[in-house]
Amino acid sequence: MIKDNASEVLKVQGLTATVDNREILCGIDLSVRAGEVHAIMGPNGSGKSTFAKVLVGHPAYEVTGGMVRFDDADLLELSPEDRARRGVFLGFQYPVEVPGVTNGGFLRLAYNTVQSARGKEELDPLEFDDFIREKMELLEMDPGFLERSLNAGFSGGEKKRNEILQMALLEPRLSILDETDSGLDIDALRIVANGVNQLHTSEDAIVLVTHYQRLLNYIEPDYVHVMENGRIIKTGDKGLALQLEDRGYDWVAQEYRERAA
Amino acid sequence: MSTVESNPVESDFLASLLAPAAQTAEGHDLWLKARRASALERASALSVPTTRDEDWRFTDLSMLYRLKLKAADAGGQVDSAILTTLMFPEATTRLVFVDGHFDRSASSIAQEEKVRVGNLEQALRDSAWRSTLGEVESRLATVARVEHDVFAAANTAFLREAAIVHVAAGAQLGDTPIQVINVATGHATGSNPRVLVVAGQGSGCTVIEDYVAVGGSAYFTNSVCEIAIGPDAEVHHIKLQREADTAFHIANTTVLMQDNSRYRNWSVGVGGRISRHNLHVVQDGTGIDCDMHGLAMISGRQLADTHSSVDHALPYGASRQVHKTIAGGSAHAVFNGKILVREGAQQTNSSQQSRNLLLSQRAKVDTKPQLEIFADDVKCAHGATVGQIAADEVFYLKSRGLSETAARNLLTYAFAKEVVEHIPVASVIAVLENHILEQTRTKEA
Repeated sequence: MIKDNASEVLKVQGLTATVDNREILCGIDLSVRAGEVHAIMGPNGSGKSTFAKVLVGHPAYEVTGGMVRFDDADLLELSPEDRARRGVFLGFQYPVEVPGVTNGGFLRLAYNTVQSARGKEELDPLEFDDFIREKMELLEMDPGFLERSLNAGFSGGEKKRNEILQMALLEPRLSILDETDSGLDIDALRIVANGVNQLHTSEDAIVLVTHYQRLLNYIEPDYVHVMENGRIIKTGDKGLALQLEDRGYDWVAQEYRERAA
Repeated sequence: MSTVESNPVESDFLASLLAPAAQTAEGHDLWLKARRASALERASALSVPTTRDEDWRFTDLSMLYRLKLKAADAGGQVDSAILTTLMFPEATTRLVFVDGHFDRSASSIAQEEKVRVGNLEQALRDSAWRSTLGEVESRLATVARVEHDVFAAANTAFLREAAIVHVAAGAQLGDTPIQVINVATGHATGSNPRVLVVAGQGSGCTVIEDYVAVGGSAYFTNSVCEIAIGPDAEVHHIKLQREADTAFHIANTTVLMQDNSRYRNWSVGVGGRISRHNLHVVQDGTGIDCDMHGLAMISGRQLADTHSSVDHALPYGASRQVHKTIAGGSAHAVFNGKILVREGAQQTNSSQQSRNLLLSQRAKVDTKPQLEIFADDVKCAHGATVGQIAADEVFYLKSRGLSETAARNLLTYAFAKEVVEHIPVASVIAVLENHILEQTRTKEA
């Protein structure tokens, strides 16, 4: 929801980044305020996922210019773990499989680490068990998930649910969900989207990175941005997503080039 | 061992290693005296190994050979509070040896009719042991390969004090382990710990063979463990090597198994400047089953070498082995795993996995499976991998708030867990978990 007096959660200005000396982000500007849902759309290779990963400090990318403010902090100065502790969350497009680390044990460690960094109460294993089961119900997950190795052998849909479960636990101020809809069948999509909607409040913001309009039927964006060649080239409301679904991306790029010329 | 003429440092070392054996107290037991004498003769005829020996080519003992050995008539002092922290609470029976000498007051022996646990020297004079001494005599220094191994022979040349565990036929100890704890205080610089486990027909027991240090200087532990498992019996054997990082630890374990018996081994080594574990399992019967879980976790300039062999002599045997190493700093891990399937050992089912994790650029591992198969109807699988902690896994964990160190610790523990998690003594698992997490915290952070 858009509120005029809402605080600015994320401010990105002129952000540029490279991977292997190749420029992938070529000057991104974006402002996200509390309570808002932003969708970032665009064709393959436009830099959407890179943008998401740069925001959480992925070591494969080098930031070469611009600035990112997260609440009152200079985000780019923070380590990935500090970003997480302060409330930046990335739902991975391809969640990493970690054999040997049990899901339940990992979730408790992550939860307590973040709680302690925020000066909040940690939970012992029994308390945590009750707490996590409640969150799992929200995503219609079987408690058996807790005993399995983290993401190891999970189906695509199970991995995405597990990502949103982590979002539910860590209570982020800013959630960046990278292609959360990919690999989900229609039922799973509804469950995941419903979970995200229930977690979203006027105090946090969500950035959805997605190819398709489909997800936006379930999680309604306040703003839709189109990325191409490492830039945001058009911003609109949810109607823009429908137009994109209908007409593809080419006309947006055309319009952008004409405007630039 | 090498037939090449040894250099003076090596022969002087062997002479000083064996010198105190001549003064080993005279006993009334002629068989024991004869066994010591023949072992001394054997050890004197052999020479100590060097890297010219194929079996020792990665493990250079020249630092050990320069160590001035000092035997002690009695063990050094150990603070009882420290000793208590080394005990596993599940083990109600404990034998404590300090610098190779039995410490009766620190030991705790629950008397049970069908289980005899004690120090050899007392057992020989104790009427309660009389009915079991025959079996002790037939197994002691006959299970181990004294003939061809200079270190096992040297240990046997001193044979006077030894941990003896005798479980009578049919006796089941359930989940109550027996802990044999060997403490090095630095009071002596050389000790020869010895363990004998005799499991009677259809019996079951769990033995923790534990090497710990409370002193810090360089010393040499030369241990021998013999395990004789009767028909249908099952022995769980946990060997923990948590010596000082300055120690030299050479251990020989030999397991002799009879028909339909079962042996489960967990062997975890974290200490020692140079450590070597020779683990030999002989399946001398049919339908025998053994599994072995090895873990060496080292850093700094440590070297940990495991040489194992499983001898499948008769049909329907099975063996499974997983050996893992975690090496940081400039540490060097060595594994050589031999599986021998003799001509008569049809229907043998054997698997061996060597898994290695390198935590630094300078760490090194040498691993070698060695299969010798002479039967034609068998199933034998083996594999070896060497890897590092995956950067994408570390980043994923960090993106959920874990520090770099916490993330790497968790992933290191995840790697080790397969070896540790099924150890049948919960407090041993807890100690190892802590150790693994602490070790990476302090040495790799």
